[in-house]
This record gives sequence, structure tokens and C-alpha cells, in this order.
Amino acid sequence: MNKSVYLHEFRRHLNSVLIWAGSLLSLLFVFMALFPSFSADMAAMNQVLDNFPPELKMAFGLGQLDLAMLEGYFGFCFIFCQLCLAIQAANYGLGLVSIEEAELNADFLLTKPLKRSTILSSKILAALSSLLLTDLIFWLGSVAAIEIFKSGNAYDRGTIFLMLGSVVVFQLVFFGVGLLISLILRKVRTVTPWSLGLAFGTYVLSVFSGIFKDIKLEYLSPFKHFDPGKIIENGLDVRLVLVDLAVVLVSIGLSFWLYQRRDIASPN
Amino acid sequence: MNIIDVQNLTKYYGKSRGVENLSFTVNEGEIFGFIGPNGAGKSTTIRLLLSLIYPTSGQATIFGKDVTKAGPEIRQNIGYLPSEVFYYDDMRVRDLLDYSASFYPGDHRERTAYLVDVMELEMNRKIRDLSYGNKKKVGIVQGLLHNPPLLFLDEPTSGLDPLMQRKFFDLIREENKKGVTVFFSSHFLGEVQRICDRVGIIREGRMVEVSDIRTLQKSNYKKIRFISQGAEVDLALPGMSNLQKQGDWTEFFYSGDINLVLGRLGSLQLEDLSIEEPTLEEIFMHYYE
Repeated sequence: MNKSVYLHEFRRHLNSVLIWAGSLLSLLFVFMALFPSFSADMAAMNQVLDNFPPELKMAFGLGQLDLAMLEGYFGFCFIFCQLCLAIQAANYGLGLVSIEEAELNADFLLTKPLKRSTILSSKILAALSSLLLTDLIFWLGSVAAIEIFKSGNAYDRGTIFLMLGSVVVFQLVFFGVGLLISLILRKVRTVTPWSLGLAFGTYVLSVFSGIFKDIKLEYLSPFKHFDPGKIIENGLDVRLVLVDLAVVLVSIGLSFWLYQRRDIASPN
Repeated sequence: MNIIDVQNLTKYYGKSRGVENLSFTVNEGEIFGFIGPNGAGKSTTIRLLLSLIYPTSGQATIFGKDVTKAGPEIRQNIGYLPSEVFYYDDMRVRDLLDYSASFYPGDHRERTAYLVDVMELEMNRKIRDLSYGNKKKVGIVQGLLHNPPLLFLDEPTSGLDPLMQRKFFDLIREENKKGVTVFFSSHFLGEVQRICDRVGIIREGRMVEVSDIRTLQKSNYKKIRFISQGAEVDLALPGMSNLQKQGDWTEFFYSGDINLVLGRLGSLQLEDLSIEEPTLEEIFMHYYE
């Protein structure tokens, strides 16, 4: 790892980290602020929800979640946070080397006396630090929002912490896969369509898991692996987490291999 | 000693040609001009030498080390000015130069200050706000600030005004006097003529000729021009090329026995005659016929 590349890259991410963290915090606080009135009038609310078609409830992740419980309500909010975190991580992965190549300044670093592996590892560590910083802010915000708006409801701290902790692995998957995609493709001109596609694609795959019946296609989606409903019910499925970690390691390993053989496109 | 040694270097992008069977050497302490039109493979060659891209076949060494294996080590001693300079837009000039200097051991502040002064660069401006020529200057400074013994300049003068070009050439000459080897790519011959010792001409991915700039000029091509009234002149001589006629006036290139052509011209009733060294530009056009 090279210190100046790391610091340079980390600084470049900082703005975006603050924006994502800010969005996550507002999402959390707006959602959680509604919990007191929600829980006070749960009977009426459940009636409304029962009238919804089950497909719609599923699409919003309401299938398994009991909104009257604090864990369930937070889990509902958590899904939307996951979406944001997925987009952010995919953005960082997809853009890690492709943004510089698209902006045609990749030559700057690559003509310095640095090994490609050093460049890539410094960039990866800077991106991961940025993701971790986002998670840290997200954790603190979540705990604060829950404590402020729990309105006397008891909740299982372990379950909440398990959900919060899971976002690290969850983001790693999107980051790793995003990075790998950007290196397999010869050129990624803009990152956002890809990261939105990756995040929403896997989300949709997860929420509509029922429609594939016996084919368990939904298990391709990290959203399924870290489904808050399941975490509340059974905790984390360790096997799936291990699969995810393996995916991350393989993606990053392959990325190193590809990057070291990559022809850096010429500006002309 | 050969600073750069290129042997049968070939690069294909998929099926399209980058360069083919390129072989040449650059000696220590010389300024080597690398000439060719756009798309001839100049940038490809430089990118291969900097291991930004990898060769399909063949090999190249710099300082005696293989470019694909010892890239970082070689780049320690290289300064590179890309043909089009795109740097991190939101950085200030000062920060970019500091960032660049941080990759080379030692203290480069004094040297940077000197170069910034020569190139009249404003350190506190954001890269985004710089004109094309000013970005180019940033490129020049970041390429020179670590005192590299080998410089790669890829069309360095485009975007610089004539005054700046002259300062730049002075700077390069000054470096060269200190023993710095320069690899200077250009499609503009005048400037190569001004500064280079030897020149390689690349065309459609192949090296057409490598020669001393004086030999090239004196490659016993003469530009012969005369005015003769009256009878239609038939000058079918071997070694003649680029024959142009306009009224009384005839012009052609000639390479061969000068007595032969003089004998033939002597038999004509001439009003005027000039025999000149062709400019590099004209020689160059000759290679592109």
C-alpha cells in the first residue's frame, strides 16, 4: 500500500461519504419518527395493511416484518438503508479504477514508480475505509434514532446489532462485484447506471423471490442473505455469510489479476 | 549504452494494429525524435514503453531492464508528459504537484519552484480552471520535478504559445546538457528539426527509417527547381520524384548521380536554376507517398 495514494483516494471519497451518510441519517430519522404514532395505533394500521395485496407487501419487504415491534419497524426502514448502502458500495467498486480511466487521468498514477498491485490495494483500502466510515455513522445514527423514538417499547438489542453489523459484509459484496464488473468490461463510461442496476436488480430479485417458485434464484441476491425479517426470526445464516465472504475474496482476487494485465486505454 | 532498446515490438488491439515489428534504440544523452502522423502508433509505442499497455509480442528494455517486468523500477527514473493532459480537476496545481512529488524519494520543492517559475504557472488555481496550455505546463512540471534521467514527451508543444514553446525547448535543451535522454514524439517536423539529434519515422505502425537528422536532410535528396522557356522538357531520369510543372517552372526531387542531372540540365536553355536541401517536412512527405 502507498500512503499518499491511500490518503488522496480517501479524501476524494470523503464528500460522497458525507452525502450518503447524511441521506441515511435523514431516512432513519424520518422513518423512526413515525414509529411512536404507528405503534400507538397498530390495530388500525394492521387493518390497512391486511387490505393490501400480498405481492405489494412483499415488494416493500413487509411480508415477514411485524411493524408493531420495534425490531420489525426498524427492519422495514433498514431495507431502504440497505438499498442506499448497496448503491454506494457498488458505486465505489465500479468507479474505483474506471472513473480515472473514463476521465483519462489514469496515466497519472500508472506512470509513477508504483506497482499496479500497490495502486489497486491502496485504492481498495481507501474505498473500504470510506465504506466503513459510512457504516459507523449509520450505526450511531440508527442507535440514536431507535433510542429517541422507541417510545417505551422494549427491543432485542442483539437483533438490532446483528442487522447493523451485517451491512459491512453486505457492502463488501457490492463493492467486490462492482469492481470485478468494471475490470471485466473494457470501458465503463458512467458508473451510476451500473450501480443502480446492480442494487435494484438484486433487490427486486430478493423481494419477488416467491415468483420463481422452486428455483431459488433469489439466493443470488445479498438482499436475501441479509433480509431483516429473517435476521429477526433466526439470526444470520452463517453459511450464506461465508458464501458472501468467499464471493468478496474471489472478486477482489480476480480484480487484482485482471488489473495487472489490463491495457490502459489511451486518451486519443 | 542504449537507454531504450526496442526489439520487434508488436501490439494489436484485438484485430486492429497498434504497432508492428518495431525495432530501434535510443542512446544515452540524445534527443530522439519520433515522428509520424496521427494514428501511426506513436502513443502506442510510448504507452508500451511505460507499461501502460502490454505488447502482443516482441520486447523492449529501458536502462537494460524489461519494461513488462521492471515497470515500477524503470518509472522511478522516467518523466512523462502525456499528449493530452487530464488531471484531477478539483485539485489545486500545488496539491497535484505535491502528490506527484510524493512518489519519488527526496525533496523536490526547490526544483518544483524553479520549474513553476520558468513555466509561469499559478500554483493556487484549480486544475479545472486552467486553459489547455496551462494544463500542459502542469504536465511539464510534474514530468520534470524529480530530475528524471529519461524523459518521454508525447507531442509536448501542442497548446503552448510560441513564447512558451521556446521556453520549453530551452528547458529541454538545458536538461539534455545535464545528460538527460529525451524521447520526443511529434507530428510536427519543424520542432523536431529544431531540437533532435536523431529521428525515427513511424508510419502505419512500422518504423520506416531511423537516422541522424543531418543525414536525413542530406540523404542526397536535392530539391531542383528551374525555369526554362520554350520546348517541352523531357527529364526522365532514374532517381527523380515528385515532378511538378507549372508553366515554365519545373520542380522535382532528385537522388542519384548529380553529374547526370547537371548534364541533362546543361542541355536546356535555362532562365533560372536552384538546387536546395529539402526541408525535413519535404523529406517526410516523401516517406508518406
